[in-house]
Amino acid sequence: MTPRRKRMLVVFGILSGVAASVALAVVAGRQNISFYYDPTQVALGKEPPGKGFRLGGMVVKGSVSRKPGDLTVRFVLTDFAHQVPVTYTGVLPDLFREGQGIIAHGTMGPNGEFVADEVLAKHDEKYMPPEVAASLKNKHGVKPTT
Amino acid sequence: MIPELGMFALILGLLLAMAQAFFGLVGAWREDPAWMSVARPAVAGQFVFVATGFACLVHSFVVNDFSVLYVANNSNTELPLFYRVAAVWGAHEGSLLLWVTILAIWSLAVAAFSRGLPPRFASRVLGVLGLVSTGFLLFTLWTSNPFKRLIPAAADGASLNPILQDFALSIHPPMLYTGYVGFSVAFAFAVAAMLEGRLDQAWAKWTRPWTICAWIFQTIGITLGSWWAYYELGWGGWWFWDPVENASFMPWLIGTALIHSLSVTEKRGIFKSWTLLLAIFAFSLSLIGTFLVRSGVLVSVHSFATDPKRGLFILAGLLVTIGGSLGLYAWRAPKLYVPGGFELFSREFFILVNNVLLVSVAGLVLWGTLAPLFYELLGIGKISVGPPVFNLMFLVPMLPMMVFLAIGMHSAWRRGKLSVAAKPIWWLLAAGLVIALAVQRWIYGSVHLVSMVGLAFGIWIMFSSLLEPLQRWRKGQRMTAAVAGMAIAHFGVGMFAIGVSTVNTYKIEKDAAMKPGAVFSIAGYDFKFVSAHDVAGPNYEAVQALVTVTHDGKLVATLKPQKRHFAVQQTDNSHAAIAVNAGRDLFVAMGDPLGDGAWSMRIQYKPLVRYVWLGALVMAIGGAVAASDKRYRVKAPVTTAEAIAPPPKPDPAPGVA
Repeated sequence: MTPRRKRMLVVFGILSGVAASVALAVVAGRQNISFYYDPTQVALGKEPPGKGFRLGGMVVKGSVSRKPGDLTVRFVLTDFAHQVPVTYTGVLPDLFREGQGIIAHGTMGPNGEFVADEVLAKHDEKYMPPEVAASLKNKHGVKPTT
Repeated sequence: MIPELGMFALILGLLLAMAQAFFGLVGAWREDPAWMSVARPAVAGQFVFVATGFACLVHSFVVNDFSVLYVANNSNTELPLFYRVAAVWGAHEGSLLLWVTILAIWSLAVAAFSRGLPPRFASRVLGVLGLVSTGFLLFTLWTSNPFKRLIPAAADGASLNPILQDFALSIHPPMLYTGYVGFSVAFAFAVAAMLEGRLDQAWAKWTRPWTICAWIFQTIGITLGSWWAYYELGWGGWWFWDPVENASFMPWLIGTALIHSLSVTEKRGIFKSWTLLLAIFAFSLSLIGTFLVRSGVLVSVHSFATDPKRGLFILAGLLVTIGGSLGLYAWRAPKLYVPGGFELFSREFFILVNNVLLVSVAGLVLWGTLAPLFYELLGIGKISVGPPVFNLMFLVPMLPMMVFLAIGMHSAWRRGKLSVAAKPIWWLLAAGLVIALAVQRWIYGSVHLVSMVGLAFGIWIMFSSLLEPLQRWRKGQRMTAAVAGMAIAHFGVGMFAIGVSTVNTYKIEKDAAMKPGAVFSIAGYDFKFVSAHDVAGPNYEAVQALVTVTHDGKLVATLKPQKRHFAVQQTDNSHAAIAVNAGRDLFVAMGDPLGDGAWSMRIQYKPLVRYVWLGALVMAIGGAVAASDKRYRVKAPVTTAEAIAPPPKPDPAPGVA
C-alpha cells in the first residue's frame, strides 16, 4: 500500500467516525428535541402522552399561589382561549411574574396539571417569547406588547 | 449638535471606506501605484471619522443627552459613569457602531504594519477591508442609526438592563467583536491572495499572526461571556448552547482550525485551498452569527430588538460575501494546487485530523442551532434542541481529538515519526488514567467512565505539552516562542478538559426553601441561612441574605447574595454570592420570598469550574506567545524597485509522495 493510499484510508476512517457520531447525535437529538404546544393544543389533548414538551402562555393574573414557606408554586397559563394549570418546584427566574409570557418545560401530570421541571422567562420586561406571541395572536386577535 | 456631528463623521467615514475599497482594489488591478497609494491614507481618514462618530455617541451617554433616542432607551442619570460608557454597546445600534469602530482599528493596524508586504497585495487587502467597512457603515446608517433624535427629549432614560450592569459584561462585547472583526483581516488576506492568483508560504506567514490575534481576543471574549453568565444570570451554569453563544463559538472553532492549517501552509506550502476555505468560513460564520442575533429569526436569551429590514440587509450582505468569496474560490483555488506529500502520523496528518474534527464540531453546532428554523419551515412543529444534544455533539469528536492532540504535539513535519521527547508518552497516558481513576474514586466518591476518560486525557495533554519544553531545558537548547506558545496553549486545553469533565459530572445544584436559621447541606458543606435585611445600592434596592457555610464544623465562607430591585426598569435581579478556592465554587443565589420569612435559594457546589475559564485564558496566553515569534516580525519595507520587479516564482514545495 502506498503511503498516500494509507493516509487516505485513515482520513476516511476519521470521517466515517465523525459521520457515525453525527448519526448518533441526530438519534440522541430526537430524544432531546422538545416540541412546543400552547394551552389550546393541550386542552384538545394534542400533546405527546408521557413525553416532555414545552408549554407557553401568559401567566394568568392572580393565579400564582404557594403554601407559605414551600418551594412548590402553582399558576395558570393561558392563551386566552384555554387555560392549563402548572405546578413547579424550584426557584423561578427573576422575570417571572403575573401577566408575563413564559415557557415551561415538563410533562402532563395525571390530574391534568402540567408538571414543569424548568421555567423560562426572558431577561427583558417587554419580551414575549415568539411562540407565545404567535399563540396569543392566533386567538382573539390580542396584540402582544413586543 | 454633537450627535449630528457624529452622524456626519460616520457619513464621511463611509465615503472614505468606499474610496479605500475602490482605490485599493481597482488600483491593484490596474497596477497603478498612484491609485494604490490612496488606500492607506483613506484607511487613516476612515479611522479618524469613525472614531469621532464613536466618541460623539460616548459623549451623548456621558452627558445624559436624552434627546438621542438610543441614549434615552439605554441610559439613565442614576447609572454610574462606567456603565453609562458601557451602555454605548448595550444594545443593537451602539454595538454595531462599536463593531465598525473596531474594524477601523484593525484596518488601521493592517495599514500600519503591512508596509513590508508587496504593494499590490497590501493594496488588495486594504481594499477588501474597505468593502467590509462600507457594508457595515451602510448597515449602521441605513437601518440602525444610533444618533436618531427623540423629540421632545425624555426627562430621564429607560436605563441599561440590570444584568448588563457588570464589569465582565462591559468588556465582553469589545473583546468578542475584536475577535469577530479580526477574522475579517484573515478573510481580506484570503480574498487578496485569490485575486492575485498566488498564495505562497510567505502569505501564510503574514496571515497567521493576524489570525492568532483575532483568535486570542475571541477566546477572551467568549470566556468573559461564559464567566458572566455563570455569576450574573443567577442559575450557575457556564454554557447554555444558546444561539448567541453558538454564534460566537462556531467562528472560534473554525478560527482554531485556521491557525493550525495556516501553520502547515507556512511550513510546507500545502493545505492552501483548505486554508483559504477556512478563512472564508470563519468570517462567514461571524456574519451568520450577526444575522441570527440581529434578525430575530432565532430566539435567544440575549437577542437584540429585532427589525425585518435589518435581517434582510444582513442576509443580502451574507449572500454577497459568501457567494462572492466562494465563487472566487472555485475559480482560483484549482490554480493554487501544489503536490506535496506527507506520511501517516506526521505533523501534517495530525493537523489534518484536528481540522476535520474541529470543522465537524462547528458543522454539528450549526445544525443544532438552525434545526428549530428548519423544523418550523418544514411545518413539523416548533422545537428546541436541548443542551444534552449539543454536549454529545461536542464530546464525541473532542475525545478522539484529545488523543490526537497529546500525541500530535510530538510529531515531525513530513515524516511519520515522533520526536525523542515523546518517549514517555504512553507512560504518561497510563499515569493520567491512574490519577483520574484515583481522583474520581477517592475525592469525588464515584467513577463515571466518560468523564474519567475526559479527565485522564486532560491530564495526559497537560503532561504531554510539558515534554518538549522540559527536554529543551534539560539539554540547554534554545526555547523558541513558537514551541513555548504551543506548549502553553495545549496545556490550557488540558486544564479546560479537566474542568469540564469534573464540573459537569460532580456538580450539585439544589433549590431549597429556607427560613432564617435553616441549614441545607450538599457535598459535605452546611449552608446556614442566618438572616436577611435590606441594603441600598447606587441605582437599586436589595434584600441581602447572610449565609454561612461550614465544613466539618469549621466556617469556610460567609456569603451575601442579594435580590436586587431596579426601580427605573421595575425589574428584579438576583445577585449570586460565590466562595471560590482552587478545588470548588460554592454558589448561593436568592430566589423569591416564600412567605413566613422563608426564601427560595439556589445552592450549588461546582468542583473545578474555574479551570474551564482558566484553561481558556491559558490557551489565549499561549496564542499570544506563539504570535510573538521572531519569524512574524515584519521585514524591512520592500523598495520600489523590488515592487515593480516581477514576483518571485512560487516556492517549489518539495513533495515526498
